[in-house]
Amino acid sequence: MNFARHAGALSKAIKALGLSLALVAVPAALEAAAPAAPAVEAAPAPVAPAAAPAPAASTAANDNAAAADTAAAAAPAAPVERMKPTEGKGMPVDGRLGLQDQYSPIGHYGHWMHNGLVWAMGIISLFVLGLLLWVMIRYNSRANPVPSRTSHNTVIEVLWTLIPVLILVGIAVPSIDLLAKQFKPAPDNALTVKITGNQWFWTYGYPDNGEFEVVSYMLNIPGTPEINPGKRMVGSDPSDGPSHLEVDNRLVLPVGEPIRLQITAADVIHSFAVPSLWFKLDAVPGRINEKVLRIDKPGVYYGQCSELCGPKHGYMPIAIEALPRDQFNAWVLKQAGGKIDGVKEAPAAVPAAAAPSAGATPAAAPAAAASAAPAAPAPAAPAE
Amino acid sequence: MATTAPPEGFQGHAEDHAHHDHDHDHKPAFFARWFMSTNHKDIGTLYLIFAIFAGLIGGAFSGMMRLELAEPGIQYLDTFTRLFGATNPDFNATLNTWNVLITAHGLIMVFFMVMPAIIGGFGNWFVPLMIGAPDMAFPRMNNISFWLTVAGFCSLMTSAFVPGGYGLGSGVGWTVYAPLSTYGSAGPSTDFAIFSLHLAGAGSIMGAINFITTIFNMRAPGMTMHKMPLFVWSVLVTAFLLLLALPVLAAAITMLITDRNFGTTFFDPSGGGDPVLYQHLFWFFGHPEVYIMILPGFGIISQIISTFSKKPVFGYLGMAYAMVAIGVVGFIVWAHHMYTTGMSVDTKMYFTAATMVIAVPTGIKIFSWIATMWGGSIEFKSPMVWAIGFIFLFTVGGVTGVYLASGGIDDVVHDTYFVVAHFHYVLSMGAVTALFAGFYYWFPKMSGRMHSEFLAHVHFWIFFIGVNTIFFPQHFLGLQGMPRRYPDYAEAYAYWNEISSIGYAIMAVSIGVWFINIIYAYTMGKKAEGNYWGEGATTLEWTLSSPPPFHQYETLPVIDDKAHAH
Ligand code: HEM
Ligand SMILES: [Cu+2]
Ligand SMILES: [Cu+2]
Repeated sequence: MNFARHAGALSKAIKALGLSLALVAVPAALEAAAPAAPAVEAAPAPVAPAAAPAPAASTAANDNAAAADTAAAAAPAAPVERMKPTEGKGMPVDGRLGLQDQYSPIGHYGHWMHNGLVWAMGIISLFVLGLLLWVMIRYNSRANPVPSRTSHNTVIEVLWTLIPVLILVGIAVPSIDLLAKQFKPAPDNALTVKITGNQWFWTYGYPDNGEFEVVSYMLNIPGTPEINPGKRMVGSDPSDGPSHLEVDNRLVLPVGEPIRLQITAADVIHSFAVPSLWFKLDAVPGRINEKVLRIDKPGVYYGQCSELCGPKHGYMPIAIEALPRDQFNAWVLKQAGGKIDGVKEAPAAVPAAAAPSAGATPAAAPAAAASAAPAAPAPAAPAE
Repeated sequence: MATTAPPEGFQGHAEDHAHHDHDHDHKPAFFARWFMSTNHKDIGTLYLIFAIFAGLIGGAFSGMMRLELAEPGIQYLDTFTRLFGATNPDFNATLNTWNVLITAHGLIMVFFMVMPAIIGGFGNWFVPLMIGAPDMAFPRMNNISFWLTVAGFCSLMTSAFVPGGYGLGSGVGWTVYAPLSTYGSAGPSTDFAIFSLHLAGAGSIMGAINFITTIFNMRAPGMTMHKMPLFVWSVLVTAFLLLLALPVLAAAITMLITDRNFGTTFFDPSGGGDPVLYQHLFWFFGHPEVYIMILPGFGIISQIISTFSKKPVFGYLGMAYAMVAIGVVGFIVWAHHMYTTGMSVDTKMYFTAATMVIAVPTGIKIFSWIATMWGGSIEFKSPMVWAIGFIFLFTVGGVTGVYLASGGIDDVVHDTYFVVAHFHYVLSMGAVTALFAGFYYWFPKMSGRMHSEFLAHVHFWIFFIGVNTIFFPQHFLGLQGMPRRYPDYAEAYAYWNEISSIGYAIMAVSIGVWFINIIYAYTMGKKAEGNYWGEGATTLEWTLSSPPPFHQYETLPVIDDKAHAH
C-alpha cells in the first residue's frame, strides 16, 4: 500500500526528529547512556545460559514440563517444547520510535491507521510551527513597526472551522470502521479461553477443553528482591524471553482462527494487554468482558497488566505462546484433564503441517488432527 | 471589536490612585491581613504562594519518580520508603511507595498546584481588576475557599504517612479507581486522600460561585459581557465547569468513603455494585477537570498575545464562544478515558466522534492566536516568548489527543506512556507554560518590582528543552507498549527512559533560574510602573499602579463605548 510506504518514510523523519531531540539533551546524555548500557546488559546476564537446568528449574517443573514428560512417554511424538521467542517479535525493542510490529489482522489495520494519524499529527504540528515562525519573522516589531488593527475576517474564520471539521471527519470515518471491525463477535464455534486477573498473576481457563486452568506468574528477576516466592529466575531456561515479561506458564493459543477471550478479575481491576496483537481489555471484577483475538503467526507475544492494581502491578506480565492448531491440540492433551472435542486423546494422529519458523518442534509433531478440533476452521497455514 | 478596551476608552483613574499612599490603604496587621484576609489580591497572593509550595513538593515527587525510572530495576524506592518513615519495609511496602508517589504527584499537581495557581491565584488577582470591580462578590467566602484548599492539602500529606494497606500511604492513583480504592486498600490512608478531595472540592465550588457572581454582577459601567477581557471569559467558563463537575466528583468519592467504611457496595460487585460506575462518575468530572486546568491558561495567553502584538485579539467573539463550546462539549466526552473497560461498540463510536468535535473549537483558538500575531508588531518580551512556546506545545498535546480520541487506536495506547506524554504536553507544558507566561506578565504588577527579562528568557529556553526531553520520548515508550504507573520495566524501555530522566534534570535547573529571578526582582529589581508593557497593554489593570492600591476603583472606571473602533 502506497500509504504505508509514505508512512515508513515519515517514521524515518520522526526518528530523525527524535534523535535531534535526544541530541539537544547534550552529549552528556549520550555519555551517561554509554556506561549505563553495559551495566544494564550485565544485570539479566543469564539470557543465554547453556541450556541451564539450574536448581530453580525443578520448581519450574511446572505443569507444562511435567505434562510434556508424561506425554513424551505416551506418544512417540516430540514433546511440546516451550517456544523460544524471536528477538524483537511480540516484544518491545529498545530505542524504537513506532508501534510494535503487529501480528493480528486488526493490528495491521490499526497500524495502517496509526501511520496515517502520525502523518496528520506531524503535518498539523509542523504547519502551526511554520505559521508561528513566519509571524515571528514577518511581524516582529522591527519588521513591522506599525501594527494593523484587523480583528475580523469572516472568510478565514469560516475556513479554519470547516477545514478542521473535514480533517476530523476524515479521521473519524476510519476510526469508526476500525472499531466496528474490532468488535465483530466471534463465531459460535470459536475456541473460548477464560482469563482472570488476580493480584498479581493471571489464570487462564480452557472451558472448551476439559476446563483445565493455567496459572501464570512472572519469573523472578536477578538483582531484584524475590517477587514471586518459589518461582525460578528468568533466563534459567533457554526458552525464556526478556525479564519483566517472561512468565512461568504461558497462555497457549492456536493461530489463524478467531478465539473468544472472556476476561474478568478476582479482586481489583486489571487489564489484559498485548501490544503486538492490538489487544487491551480490562479485567473487571463482577463483569465478563469479551473480545475476539486472532493471531496471524506462531510466536511468543508479550504484554503487561495495564490497570493499576496494587504494589506489584508492574510484575504481572502476560506471555502468549501461539501455536499451529495441531500443536495446540497436542499441548491441550498434555494438560491434566485436557480434552479436544470432549475427547481425552485425539481420535487419529495425523502428521501436522510443518511448524513454520519459530523452531518450536524441530520435527513435525504428530498430533490431533486439525479436523478433530471443533472450533478450528482448519487453518492450514496462517494467512499472511 | 476589541477584546480589551483601548486605553482611550477609560476615564483614566490612574491619577486618582496616585494620592492613595499606603497609609490610606488601611491594611490590617500581619495576622489579620494574611490569615483572615478578605482582600482579593491578598488571597490571590496566598493562593500563588501555596501553589508554588505545593508545586515544589509535587515536583520533588516527580523527580523521585524520574530517578527511579532512569534505569530498569528498583534502585531508590526502598530509600524513599524509609524517608516516609517506614522501618524495614517489605517489598510490597517498597513498591507501594511508588504508587504513593504517582498518586500524590498527580493529586498535588492537579488540585493543589495548577488549580490554585491559575484560578485561585491569577483569577482572584485579575478578574476584579479587569472588570473594574473593587473586590470579589463574597470576600469572606473567598477566604474560606483558600483555607479549605490548604486543609485539603494537609489531609493529602497526612495520607502519605499513615498506613494504607501495603505500607504507609495510599497508592490508588489520582483517579482513585474502585475497588482498588475500596476493599483493595485497607487502612486510613486512602480515607485521608479521599477527604482531601472533599475539602479542596468544596473550596473550589465556593470559588466558582464567587467568580460567577462577581463576573455577572460587578462589572464596571459599560463593561458588557462582550467587552470583557478574554481572561475573564475563561475564568467564567471555568467556574461553570467547576460548579457542574465537582459535585459529581464529591458524590463519587463520598460513595467510596461509604463503601470503605459503612458497608455500602456502590462499586462492589459482590453486593450488586459496579466498579465501572465509579469510572463513569469520576470521568464525568475528570474530563471537564482537564479543561478547568487549561481554560484560564487560554485566557492568559490571549491577553499576552494581544498585548505584545499590539493588536486586539483576532476574532474575539469566536474566541469567547469557542471556550463556551469547549466547556459544553467537555461534558459529553468523558468515556474516552474508558475505551478498554468493555463498553459496547456503539458507545465507543459515539465517544470517538464526540471527542473529535472538541478539536474544532480548540483549533479555532490556536488559529486565532496566530491571526492576532499576524499583522502585529510583535515584541518578544518574556511573557510573549512563553506564550508562543505555549501555542506550539499545546498544539502537540492537542494532536496526540485527537489520536487518542480514536477508540480503536486507544486500545493499544491506553494506560501507556503515550497517554502520559499526551497529558503532560497539555498540562505540564500547556497549563504550566501558561502559568509562567502569566507570572512574568503580571509579576511586576503584583509585586511592584521588575523581574529580569534576561533570566526570564533563560528560564524559558531551559524549561522548553527540559520538558520536551522529558516528555517527547515518552510517546515512543508508549507506542512500544510501556504501561504507565510502573516503577520498573523491561530492558527494552531503558533508552528513552534514561533520556527522559535527563530531561528532568534540565527542567529542574530552569526552576532554579526562576527562583533566582524572583530573588533578583525583590532585591535588585527596578520599581515597576503602572503600565510597564506599554501601548499594547490595554486592560483595566494597567491603569492602576504596580502594585495596585489595597482597595482599587473607589471611583468605578467607566468603559466608554465610543472609543471602540468597529
Ligand atoms: C515537569 C515535571 C513533571 C514530571 C517529570 C512529571 C513526571 C510524571 C511521572 C513520571 C508520572 C508517573 C507516570 C506513571 O504513572 O508511571 C506522572 C504522572 C502524572 N503527572 Fe506528571 N510530571 C511533571 C509535571 C506535572 C504537572 C505540572 C502536572 C499537572 C498539571 C502533572 C500531572 C500528572 C498527572 C495527573 C499524572 C498521573 C498520575 C497518576 O496517573 O497517578 N505532572 N508525571
Ligand atoms: Cu494487575
Ligand atoms: Cu478527557
